[in-house]
Amino acid sequence: MNKTPQHAAQDRTDRRIFLKGATLGLLGTTFLLDRAHASFWEAFLQKHYREMNDTEIKRVIQRLEREYEQRYGKAIKVGNQGPLPGVLFGYGLDLSRCIGCRRCVYACVEENNQSLDPQVHWITVLRFKRGEKWIDLENSEKYYNPQEVPEPGYFYMPVQCQQCENPPCVKVCPTKATWKEPDGIVVIDYNWCIGCKYCMAACPYGARHFNWAPPKRPPDTINPETHYLGNRPRYKGVVEKCTFCIHRTRKGRYPACVEACPVGARKFGNLLDPASEIRYAIEHKRVFRLKEDLNTESKFYYFFAYGV
Amino acid sequence: MAKTVFMAFQRVAMAKGKYYYFFGFLSLLVVLGAIAYIDQLNKGQIVTGMRDQVSWGFYIANFTFLVGVAAAAVYLVIPAYVYNFKPIKEIALFGEMLAITAIIMCIMFIVVDLGQPLRVWHILPLIGTMNFPSSLLAWDVLALNGYLLLNAVIVFYTLRRLSQGKEYRWSVVWPLIVISIPWAVSIHTVTAFLYNGLPSRPFWNASILAPRFLASAFCSGPAIMLLILQVIRRLSDVEIEDRAIFKIAELIAYAMGINLFLLGAEIFKEFYSGSIHSYPIRYLYFGLHGKASLVPWIWAATIMNVTAFFLFLLPKTRRKFVTLNLGCALIIMGVYLEKGIGLVIPGFVPDTLGEIYEYAPTVHEFLVTIGIWAAGAMVYTLLLKIAIPVYTRKLITIELPVREHLPIYVGKLPCGQRGEDCPLLKAP
Repeated sequence: MNKTPQHAAQDRTDRRIFLKGATLGLLGTTFLLDRAHASFWEAFLQKHYREMNDTEIKRVIQRLEREYEQRYGKAIKVGNQGPLPGVLFGYGLDLSRCIGCRRCVYACVEENNQSLDPQVHWITVLRFKRGEKWIDLENSEKYYNPQEVPEPGYFYMPVQCQQCENPPCVKVCPTKATWKEPDGIVVIDYNWCIGCKYCMAACPYGARHFNWAPPKRPPDTINPETHYLGNRPRYKGVVEKCTFCIHRTRKGRYPACVEACPVGARKFGNLLDPASEIRYAIEHKRVFRLKEDLNTESKFYYFFAYGV
Repeated sequence: MAKTVFMAFQRVAMAKGKYYYFFGFLSLLVVLGAIAYIDQLNKGQIVTGMRDQVSWGFYIANFTFLVGVAAAAVYLVIPAYVYNFKPIKEIALFGEMLAITAIIMCIMFIVVDLGQPLRVWHILPLIGTMNFPSSLLAWDVLALNGYLLLNAVIVFYTLRRLSQGKEYRWSVVWPLIVISIPWAVSIHTVTAFLYNGLPSRPFWNASILAPRFLASAFCSGPAIMLLILQVIRRLSDVEIEDRAIFKIAELIAYAMGINLFLLGAEIFKEFYSGSIHSYPIRYLYFGLHGKASLVPWIWAATIMNVTAFFLFLLPKTRRKFVTLNLGCALIIMGVYLEKGIGLVIPGFVPDTLGEIYEYAPTVHEFLVTIGIWAAGAMVYTLLLKIAIPVYTRKLITIELPVREHLPIYVGKLPCGQRGEDCPLLKAP
C-alpha cells in the first residue's frame, strides 16, 4: 500500500453530499409516517398495562377490539376483569389417572386462540417408560403417537405453566412485561413484551412459548370471549403462556383443560379456601411439585390418588 | 468546534480507490444483511433456527463474543495508564475505539434478536419500565451503554486535544480511566451473570462462568487488536513498536492459561460428579442420544485454544510474526466458537423438559450476522479515518485570532481547500 497523504477537502461538494444524505434520511422517516395510520402510533405509544388508568385501558381495549374485528371479520370481546379478593389459584394433577390422551392440549388451543400454524401448545404431555428414571425428565418423550392411549408400560405427565409464587420468568423480564397477579396467575402484557426471550431461558418448565411467526388462525375458530391478559389474539414476536384460563376462572369457571379431561385427573381451586378441591388434594394426598429444588414455589401440585 | 467535527466527517469520504472498494464490499454485505433482516421482520423469527426449545441462538452467541472483544480496550489501558508502559500507551486509543465498535455491534445483535424491535424503548430507563435491579438484562443495558459512553468520551476528548496539538490533561483522563477499568470488568461480569443466574439451566448456573468470561475475553479482544494494529502500521504512518505487540501477546498467553485452567476445572467437576446436570456439557463434547452437532466445533475450538496458548507462551513463537498471527487467528476462532455457540446453545440442550433440539443457524441468521460484522468493520474504519490523521499530526486545529478554529492540514495548507488546482495533490 502506498502512503500518499490524504486529499484535501473540497468544502462545497462535500456539504452538498451531506445535505443530500440528510434529505434522504428525512424522506425515509416520512415514508414510515405515511404507511402508519393513527392506530399504529397509538399501539406504538401504548403504555404499560399497569401504568394505565381505567379510561386509558378502556380506550386501548376499544382499539384492540377494532383491530381484531378488522383482522378476523367478527366481534371479539376483550375482557379486563380483575382478580377476585381472597383468591389464590392452585392446580392439582392426578398422575395416577392421566392417560396421555392430550385432550387437555387441544381444549386449551381451542379456548385460548393459540396459533394453529405454526402450532403453539401451552400444555406439553410427557410420556415416561415405567421403571425408568423420570423426575429429571431426560428420558421423557413428548412426540409419542400411538393408536390408543394409555399404552401399556408407560405413564404420562402433563406440564404447563406452574404459576410459581416465586416466578423466575418475572424476575428476569427486563421490561416488567410479565408479572404475578394478586390471584397468583403469572400474566404477560402482549403489547409491552419486546420479545427478548429471556423469560424462556429462565423458565424451568418450558411453559413459555414464542410467536416465531405471525399467529395464524381461521376466524371461525377464534374464541371471541377473551381477556386482555389472557387469550386475546397475540402478535408475532411476543411470548405467551398458560394463564389458568384467566377469562374463565376469574368468573368462577374451571379452566378449559380441567373440563376437557375425560378421566378427572385435573383439579382446580382456591388455595385460600379450606373447602376447595385443591386443598383437599394437598391435605389428603402425597403431593409434589416439579423441580422443587429450584424454590419456585409453584402452585401446580402433582399427586397419585391411587396406586397403579 | 462544529467545524472540527464537520472536517472530521469530511475526511471520512476522502480516500483512494482501494478504500472505496473495501467500503463498497462492506456496504454490499450490510445491504444483504439488511435484506435478510427485513425478511425476518416480515415473516418473524421462524426464518431462524431458533425455536421454543432453543430460544437464543447465533445472534446472542455473537453478542456474547463481542462483549468480550470490548475488553481489548481495558487490556491495553491497564498497562498503558496504570503501569505507564509507554509503547502501549500510544496505541490505547485504538483499543478504546475497538471497544466502541464492539459495543455498537452488541447492541445491533440484541436488537435483531428482539421479536418486537420497535418496542425497544420499553427497556430504557425513564421512558420505559426498566426492571432494575431485578433483571440482569436491565443491568446489561446500563453497563454496555455506560461503557460505550465512557469510551466515546475518552476517545473524543483525546482526539480533540491531539487535533489542537496538545497532550490530554491527566486530570481529565485519569478519572475516566479509573472508572473504565472496573466498568470493563463489569460488562463481562454482568453479561456472565445474565446466564449465570438461571437455575433452570445447569450448564450456565456455575459460579465459574464469570471468571471464564473474563479470561476468554482477555484473549479474544487483544488478539483482534494485535491483527488490527499490524494493519494500521502497514497502511498508515502510525508507528507501533514491536515491543507493544509482543507485550500484548504475552498478556494474552497468561489470560489463555487462566482460561484453559478454568475450563479444565469446569470439565472435571461436570464429568467426575456425573450428575444429570452434566448432560449439557456431555452434549457439547460428546453428543447425547446420537445427537452431536456441536461436537466437531467445540473440539476444533479446544485444539485451537491450546495451540494458540503454546504459540503465545513460548517467546520464540510469540516474537515471530508468522506464528504470532497464526496464534491470533486461532484464538479469535477458538474463543468465538467456545464462548459463542459453545456457551449459548448447550444451555438449552437438553431443554428444561428433557428434549434435545439440535439448533443450527439458518441462511437468514448468517446473512444478518455477516451484515452486522460488516457494519462493525465500517464503524471501525470510519473511526480510524478520523483518528489516524489526528494521531499522526496531519490534522490539527490551530487557534486563530478570529472566532473559530480552522482545521488545516499541516504541510499543504493553502491549496486544495477552495477547489483550486493543487500541485501537491498530484504527487504519486
